[in-house]
Amino acid sequence: MSQPPIVVEGLSKRFGDFVAVDDVSFKVDAGQVFGWLGPNGAGKTTTIRMLLGLIKPSSGRASILGFDPATQTKAMQAHVGYMSQQFTLYNELTARENIRFYGKVYGLSSDELRQRQAEILQMAGLDGRENELTANLSGGWKQRLALGCAIVHRPKVVFLDEPTAGVDPISRRDFWGLIYAMAKKGVTVLVTTHYMDEAELCQQVGFISQGRLIALDTPARIKQARMRGQVLEINSPAPDQVMRVLKEACDNGALPLDEVALYGAQVHVVVPDVEKQQRAIEDVLRAAQVPLASIHLIAPTLEDVFISLVS
Amino acid sequence: MDEFAISAENLVKKFKLRDRWQTAVDGVTFHVRRGETYGLVGPDGAGKTTTTRLLLGLLDRTGGASSVLGFDSMHQHYEVRRRVGYIAQQFVLPADLTVIENMRFFASAQGVSSAEQAKRIPELLSFAGLIDFSSRLAGRLSGGMKKKLALACSLVHAPQVVLLDEPTLGVDPVSRREFWNLLGNLRAERGLTIFFCTPYMDEAERCTQVGLIYGGRIIANDAPARIKGMVAGDLLEITPARFVAAQELVGTLPGVLEVQTYGDKLHLFVDDYARRKSEIEAALSAQGIGHDEARQIEVRMEEAFISLVRRHQADDAEEREARV
Repeated sequence: MSQPPIVVEGLSKRFGDFVAVDDVSFKVDAGQVFGWLGPNGAGKTTTIRMLLGLIKPSSGRASILGFDPATQTKAMQAHVGYMSQQFTLYNELTARENIRFYGKVYGLSSDELRQRQAEILQMAGLDGRENELTANLSGGWKQRLALGCAIVHRPKVVFLDEPTAGVDPISRRDFWGLIYAMAKKGVTVLVTTHYMDEAELCQQVGFISQGRLIALDTPARIKQARMRGQVLEINSPAPDQVMRVLKEACDNGALPLDEVALYGAQVHVVVPDVEKQQRAIEDVLRAAQVPLASIHLIAPTLEDVFISLVS
Repeated sequence: MDEFAISAENLVKKFKLRDRWQTAVDGVTFHVRRGETYGLVGPDGAGKTTTTRLLLGLLDRTGGASSVLGFDSMHQHYEVRRRVGYIAQQFVLPADLTVIENMRFFASAQGVSSAEQAKRIPELLSFAGLIDFSSRLAGRLSGGMKKKLALACSLVHAPQVVLLDEPTLGVDPVSRREFWNLLGNLRAERGLTIFFCTPYMDEAERCTQVGLIYGGRIIANDAPARIKGMVAGDLLEITPARFVAAQELVGTLPGVLEVQTYGDKLHLFVDDYARRKSEIEAALSAQGIGHDEARQIEVRMEEAFISLVRRHQADDAEEREARV
């Protein structure tokens, strides 16, 4: 069977008049890390809940490892892992007890459980801390333990819903190392995140906005093809003045700028067309006698593209 | 008048645990000029929140000194609090009060007169884009709107300085961008001094000055561009087919100063990109490890942070060994 492990076709969910998910289609190949992105309320979690079989779609269908989540929920769930942003761990249990608890929930035999427990403690870097109360573990440890619990039954597809919220950069890098180690073994991963620098780590991303899938591609191609406008970085000894002058010019229609934002010691401006506007910006600043050190085009980040896609 | 809006000099905080003392803040020194945006950036448990609370006088320091707008944090904390806006990490806005009632509540708590309130509250609400939601219960706002309301509340007594402890935690990119744009406007229009804590390296790029804090100590304190310049070498990105084997191999190659993992990619600091690119590609191919074409990428704050923390850890380990 060569069907990808995650197939979504024309999936929709309506709550009364409200369309939470609107005709969404995508596929994720085996061993791929897929980023599922969108602002709050865009339909990200509703989609995941349909894929997990927790709610039924209003129309369209999904297939997870060949199972229909809406009708074959139980059979499917034995092969699927899910980690929510709350890290649903029991704080008053030790790390080892949490793993055992989840292992039993998934019906692992004692032998299997013993083996998985050792593997997961090692993976999470919790060797030697297995008897510590989960409440006493810091964010990065808890996060890796939560992942371990979500995959205790060796699922082939894993859903991670904002798994890195509030975790520091070094732990995040380690966590993404674990994600890719799983993927290399053929596990298919769907992950949501609010952090676009992290979304760049995915092999493919889907952007959802107001229930509709508005982009589906690799991060590199999305940055190349989907940015409306370009980003100019302005360096000046007086960035505050640059900001004031450009905002005023933008508000009174003198300059057609999509966005003006103070960015540390620089000002970032999103313009529809650099060729036309760079000169105009320089003229406006010169007329206002604002000192200008440099102005140049910079590559948009995935966050820039995201903002431009949803606004 | 003090030229610095915020100063910390060799600031120390130790907490007494059951059986020992724990040093949460270990000799922290930094200075924030008026109108600057200063980011205290570091992992969980590095001492960011404790430092913020020391600055505000919510905690008593164990050693050193700190002041805000020239007032001593510990001995003049009332003077500090009157002039400073603060958003705590776990801030709670009364959920059963409406947006405008929340504003009035915080305004009254800060002793803002009714006349001032009548003028300032509508201004702040329209600035924060909340004017159409004035009568909505705070508990029914979205996450991003709650953050904006918290910011508006923290500004209700017209402070000259704001201290924000992880203000964008858990907020989506659109709301996060809006929040930062509001702060940028405040800085440009009113010369507001902004001090904030974050674990997110891309937010560090939004600062005029950054303090990287790790294990209670500041390990770098400078403008973002200069911190990125502290890491030696060019940064090369390559995606190998056999990750673990490739990671082990490249670490042994000449000219490779540091190896970082980045999802399914490797980030290598090398002494000279032009020279090492083909050497590294050839070494991988010779071991039968497939790969894409290597390319040079810009060092971001995140790569710099990881590198500086590692250097710091290595120094620490050496120090410990020297002592033994």
